[in-house]
Amino acid sequence: MNPWIAPLVGGALIGLAASLFWVVNGRVAGVSGILHDVVLSRGAGRAEKLAFLAGLVAVGVVGGRFFGVASTSPAPFGALLVAGVLVGFGTRLGGGCTSGHGVCGISRWSPRSLVATATFIATGALTVFVVGHVVPHLVGAP
Amino acid sequence: MKRVVTAGLAGGLFGVGLAISGMTEPRNVIGFLDLFGHFNPSLAAVMVGAIGVHATVLFFLRRRGDVGAGTAASDATSASRNIDRDLVVGAALFGVGWGLAGYCPGPAIVSLGFLTARPVAFVAAVLVGMVAADAFRRARAPRSTGDYFALSER
Repeated sequence: MNPWIAPLVGGALIGLAASLFWVVNGRVAGVSGILHDVVLSRGAGRAEKLAFLAGLVAVGVVGGRFFGVASTSPAPFGALLVAGVLVGFGTRLGGGCTSGHGVCGISRWSPRSLVATATFIATGALTVFVVGHVVPHLVGAP
Repeated sequence: MKRVVTAGLAGGLFGVGLAISGMTEPRNVIGFLDLFGHFNPSLAAVMVGAIGVHATVLFFLRRRGDVGAGTAASDATSASRNIDRDLVVGAALFGVGWGLAGYCPGPAIVSLGFLTARPVAFVAAVLVGMVAADAFRRARAPRSTGDYFALSER
């Protein structure tokens, strides 16, 4: 199968899901904000946001059990924890992540989201460059 | 109740989209960010598909004079209108974590369903980071009451 089809179709479903959540629930499908509001705040709409997260987890349960999509991060455990703290701190300070800024924000042509997305792709690429190419060179990988 | 059901459906659909497109596999994400190595462009195709559909829906809504079911207070796009230092610093830190782990919040939450330890540890660390960011913003609140951007431009 053409390697572009699965990412395009999957992306279209993500766009459809974000549209449904906006049109019916009036909410932006930004996962970092939803996670924060469900676990760490007492704001309005917690039941809906919890249901959204439950939908995501349910896909993981079914997909991992029956469709072989289970996977894991190649990062060492310590790096994974540091990464998590950075993702939590950064999305909170910057007001969104790949879904909130990258998909929903850019779809409404928000200048803030365009800047945020360009920024996190740039620092993400820099991080992968350092971890994947510079560090192995320094520690003397053959 | 209806809104809880549609929210669950939206989350499920979002998750299926992430899984089908391979975004729950951190190596695909790291591959996209690996511009000088084994570059994997699939994440760009996911963004094109997602933004293509969502932007089209929003465009037709707007043409009908409809802005959706409500205003999304406290969400990413409405928290502040300005491109300020918090936005850029926050996004930059998020990008470093994203590149280290290959997880952003959506795929990490889906991965909780794989019932293994690492996604749980990652999401717990994300929450720790969020608590720290909230505390950080509260701690400096007294000097930034009003328009933070205006103050920082002074």
